[in-house]
Amino acid sequence: MSAAEPVIEVRQLDAFYGRRRILHGVDFQVMPGEIRVIMGASGSGKSTLLRHLIGLQRPHAGSVRILGTDVAKAGPAEMLALRRRLGVSFQGGALITSMSVGENVALPLREHTRLDENTIRIMSRLKLEVVNLGGFQDLMPSQLSGGMVKRAALARAIVMDPKLLFFDEPSAGLDPVVSAELDELILKLRDALRMTIVVVTHELDSALKIADTITVLDQGRILETGSSVSVQASNNERIQDLFHRRPRPVDVDVDEYLRRLTQEEL
Amino acid sequence: MTAKPIRNGCEQRVEAGWAVLDVFGEVDLSWSQDIRRRVLDALAAGPALAVVLERVSYIDSSGIAALVEGFQQARAKTQRFALVAPSDSVRAVLELARLDRVFPIYTDLAAALAD
Repeated sequence: MSAAEPVIEVRQLDAFYGRRRILHGVDFQVMPGEIRVIMGASGSGKSTLLRHLIGLQRPHAGSVRILGTDVAKAGPAEMLALRRRLGVSFQGGALITSMSVGENVALPLREHTRLDENTIRIMSRLKLEVVNLGGFQDLMPSQLSGGMVKRAALARAIVMDPKLLFFDEPSAGLDPVVSAELDELILKLRDALRMTIVVVTHELDSALKIADTITVLDQGRILETGSSVSVQASNNERIQDLFHRRPRPVDVDVDEYLRRLTQEEL
Repeated sequence: MTAKPIRNGCEQRVEAGWAVLDVFGEVDLSWSQDIRRRVLDALAAGPALAVVLERVSYIDSSGIAALVEGFQQARAKTQRFALVAPSDSVRAVLELARLDRVFPIYTDLAAALAD
């Protein structure tokens, strides 16, 4: 029997902002049902990689295949079909401030399905129950705490039961109890709804608790991908810095430094 | 090797005055509205409905929503409503939203009919 196809397959991905190179030949694969954690310091390229994985950015060089769709070649209809099968919970929540929590959560169902209104109401409230926000559907986003915004955003991300869920910084800025609850929930979502889940996080404890595999990014390159045990045991100094919260030494190249300070705008 | 095609469907019968809806396969957005219709029709036609979920290998939230709506209607009209023998995967989805503590769940049809 042939092995399952990867849900995400990235090969030799390069990305630039202007002349600045953000990703260098990234190879990245995620299998069905896997929980993958992407770790890395600020500026390591995590968010840029994530933007490619959710189809917000098309690859300059290299290829990105998500749920069998080649993101570089897909037309608008294919991209729309792909986006319907993805759930994304953004770091800041990205709730629509003029809509109630319930309307925010129901939005993907209203946009993408022709389900009966009763079904839409029950499905969106069910997801609020799942994230422990049962009964909060009539509040406005401005009335929510930071942790509640995160959970409401997660409810919206999973309302269509996506096969692939992206979760950007689930625990950032949350109290430890809510953060632990979200970790539990991520595990349950994978098991009950058979989701494949990609989590970007800085939080080491959370990463070790939920990850099947961890990918460590540093300066746009993948340093290592492996089980949490093997990544923790890595001899790589940068990985050890990240895991032990050690500040990075800053290399100073005199010519480069002076050029940055003195070069005239192009 | 070719995979066995997954068949989705629903068999309906009447037993001891109960409408019995025996669902099988993977319940998802593509046909959960059909189950919803059958659940609501069965409750419009008779006093009691048992939904057998033993052969359901996956159910998404639109399928769960159909069951919730049916149960809510049955309660409003004091009709009987039972979920019977949910498979492990159905149970996992019910537990995710704590619905295992909301629905009347029976291990087999005889237990539901006798209760």
